[in-house]
Amino acid sequence: MQPEKRSNSESILEVKGLKKYFPVSRKHTVKAVDDVSFEVYEGETLGVVGESGCGKSTMGRAILYLQPPTAGQVTFNGKDLSTLKGRERRKLRKEMQMVFQDPYGSLNPRMTVGAMLGEIVRTHRIVPKHEVANYVRELLVDVGMKPEHADRYPHEFSGGQRQRISIARALAVQPKLIVCDEAVSALDVSVQAQILNLLRKLKQERHLTYLFISHDLSVVKHISDRVIVMYLGKIVEMANKHDLYAQPRHPYTQALLSAIPKMGEEKRERIILKGDVPSPLAVPSGCPFHTRCPIAQKVCAERKPEWHKVGDGHYVACHFA
Amino acid sequence: MSQTNAQTAAPYPNRLESSPRLRSLKKALGRFFQNKLGVAGGLFLLILVILAIFAPWLAPYNPMKQDYMAILQGPSAKHWFGTDDLGRDVLSRIIYGARVSLKAGIISVAIALAIGVPIGLISGYFRGFWDEFIIMRITDAMLSFPSLVLALTLAAVFGAGLNNAMLAIGLVYTPHFIRLVRGQVLAQREREYVEAAIAAGISHWRIMLRHILPNAWAPIMVQATLSVAGAIISEASLSFLGLGTQPPTPSWGSMLSEGQGYITQAPWIAVFPGLFIFLAVMSINVFGDGVRDMLDPKLK
Amino acid sequence: MSEPLLKVEHLDVGFKNRKSFVKILDDVSFDIQPGETVCIVGESGCGKSLTSLAIMGLLPPGGRIAGGKIIYNHEDLTKKSAKEMSNIRGNEISMIFQEPMTSLNPVHTIGKQVAEAILIHQSVSKKEAWDRAIELLRLVGIPSPEARVKNYPHEMSGGMRQRVMIAMALACRPKLLIADEPTTALDVTIQAQILEQMNELKKRFGMAILMITHDLGVVSEMADKVIVMYAGKVVETTDTKRLFQNPRHPYTQGLIASMPRLDKEVDELPIIPGNVPAPEDMPTGCRFSTRCPFATELCRTKAPGLYGDEAHRVSCWMYTNEWAGGGQEHATGETIKL
Repeated sequence: MQPEKRSNSESILEVKGLKKYFPVSRKHTVKAVDDVSFEVYEGETLGVVGESGCGKSTMGRAILYLQPPTAGQVTFNGKDLSTLKGRERRKLRKEMQMVFQDPYGSLNPRMTVGAMLGEIVRTHRIVPKHEVANYVRELLVDVGMKPEHADRYPHEFSGGQRQRISIARALAVQPKLIVCDEAVSALDVSVQAQILNLLRKLKQERHLTYLFISHDLSVVKHISDRVIVMYLGKIVEMANKHDLYAQPRHPYTQALLSAIPKMGEEKRERIILKGDVPSPLAVPSGCPFHTRCPIAQKVCAERKPEWHKVGDGHYVACHFA
Repeated sequence: MSQTNAQTAAPYPNRLESSPRLRSLKKALGRFFQNKLGVAGGLFLLILVILAIFAPWLAPYNPMKQDYMAILQGPSAKHWFGTDDLGRDVLSRIIYGARVSLKAGIISVAIALAIGVPIGLISGYFRGFWDEFIIMRITDAMLSFPSLVLALTLAAVFGAGLNNAMLAIGLVYTPHFIRLVRGQVLAQREREYVEAAIAAGISHWRIMLRHILPNAWAPIMVQATLSVAGAIISEASLSFLGLGTQPPTPSWGSMLSEGQGYITQAPWIAVFPGLFIFLAVMSINVFGDGVRDMLDPKLK
Repeated sequence: MSEPLLKVEHLDVGFKNRKSFVKILDDVSFDIQPGETVCIVGESGCGKSLTSLAIMGLLPPGGRIAGGKIIYNHEDLTKKSAKEMSNIRGNEISMIFQEPMTSLNPVHTIGKQVAEAILIHQSVSKKEAWDRAIELLRLVGIPSPEARVKNYPHEMSGGMRQRVMIAMALACRPKLLIADEPTTALDVTIQAQILEQMNELKKRFGMAILMITHDLGVVSEMADKVIVMYAGKVVETTDTKRLFQNPRHPYTQGLIASMPRLDKEVDELPIIPGNVPAPEDMPTGCRFSTRCPFATELCRTKAPGLYGDEAHRVSCWMYTNEWAGGGQEHATGETIKL
């Protein structure tokens, strides 16, 4: 949204060579996230798109150390998370929060909204004890709820309202970065628009930075400044959103964009990918996309494509882009 | 704050605001009272508890008092449930015996809960070596014994007496609770709200006690209620075999044991305590089902 | 206008709870021509799935058709016995669901399940049924079906399972295929595959499709005709082109506007404020009046009918002469003269 501002702003989060492997048996490991590096600049929204199983959610959790990464470095505001332990890490966690996908599973069903938010506020001593109740009520109003909702249990709310509560929880500790993991995916269109607007408003008011993970390319385009496209645990393309959506370079990005059903458009020629996403247990050699790629050549199965620059801030991993 | 946002929150029908806890309690009680059998079981238990507490006032005779003029008398207006071989009033002994049986049932289960819940909670939450190779193997080993044999062995080691019997029974029940709690914790730990609490920087202890345990509580309570019934039977069995309550203190199990020699001559000595064991266990079981419906209608 | 394949007339469906009968679908009417794709679109709770289940005679326990007719082949399906309905379900109308895993039996191979579907409806030998199953699986785009017939459902991906479901639905050569959110659980690239496959099969078999979806993009790709539902009522019906070029109902307008789009850029998305009212406390007037930016006293007190002609119907007072100001203030600036 403000490209000129971004160019001279600092990176708030730096991810370097991040890997997250899950052993499934003695011989096999799922490489859910495989050697991913990128930066998030302060005040921007970095979108992460990809289909199920591409590792985008695992990546979000590894960055927050909810599932500690297998290898790699996560540096937040100059501090390397891997060197921090226990209390120190928890303190840094205060700066990085997460909004989860499932508005039903992500709230403790046996705690009132007020109790849940109050617990977090007290844990981090955000405000003096006697102001906690007030702070919680203001927080609820900030996310578009009513102060008296603090006394209710999660099951008394609709999906959209629960997602507002989830956002309030993330905001409670006054973080700098929020990872939104499919935060609007489970919602109806009209409610989704409400939540997207809320996220936008909060970002401006509180100078937040978002890492916005979603499978929905339209939503990501709407909210992001820059976008990362992931496929089978790897980043295949990264660019500022205008470049990415106007001139996608990676054949996968092109296919993704072509596959979205668009409203009110005449029937058109589309790139329809053949076959399924390969199992993450058996990631194809060379370029992981070569099994479905419409322009794949012999070299694609043999050699991993280089991550190279194709434009201002536009990077792609493809032999032919 | 912006007005449009405040309006987007769903309007709630006007109603008298009551505290959220009270509201959910009311709802839960409503569910409990829908289960007629559970209510009946609860009522019978209530009567037993009243009998046990007020035994000295309610029992028509002194349960230890021997009356050689009234040996082995059948049920009559004077002795409703008859008398035993020493002329003691069976009804009075059953009323006093309720004290022992209920106490044994509740305290044994309390012991099992006190040990099993923390171990299961910690074991399931942190997983790892201790959980998998120590705790689980020990519980496996304990669970592979027939529980009565194990209780018998432990009681024999500790020595006869009610307190030791309760401890033995409690220990025998502990692995069941460790298993149950651990399973519940494993299931809850996968839920996103736990991840959210970790992300919010809540300490592990708080997450275990304030987030996971309340959500795992319903099946634990149900199991505990049902275990009380089992513990009453176990205590009766130990007493029957002479390892529980010592004479002349009456307990349902020891009465059953004493009465077995007279089962053909004077069946009432054994039949009535047997009947009470059956009724107590039965009503605890249906009451437990009611508790299950009350705590979590989805568990059914 | 030819004879419609299916005609739903003034359908009311509701649930009995402890105290009363709660009406969910209210006066739903539409028709489907042979070979046509009709989409019912709406958000959760609008009654779109319930409509399809009512047509199939598969209402969940407690659900009841309280009024109206479902005319298929000159016969009223609401008057059919359970046995007759099961016969129609197998031979005339098929259905596929959002989550294929729940509709497939995990302990049988997919070949066996497809062959079984064929055996139930056609008098062929087992061997023939098996061969036809392979043929059907090839038809729905499953690669090397001779090998895949021996797979169990869990050995297949979500997209492949949905293809199996389609193959089973096609086993009886239905005249109408009802698809309830068939691609919602799938990734976009797989969704594109399945949608294309469905369009191809539709042409090949000449069947009509009734598609239930929440995704206006899918509507645009698939539909000839669209039915927009809100809170158990049909609020607008028209052809796809007209719907996106000239949506008339404020709800349809709001829904389209609130979708983030690839071809447009806005800072703030227009929203529909508030939530869908609960079935127990539906407003007496127009059901959308609580969230409608144009609502007047008339809207709040009296429910509108469905106005307009065959090509475009809308349930909104703004397009009637009763509307104060004759609809001048309305966003699209046009009124339907009655």
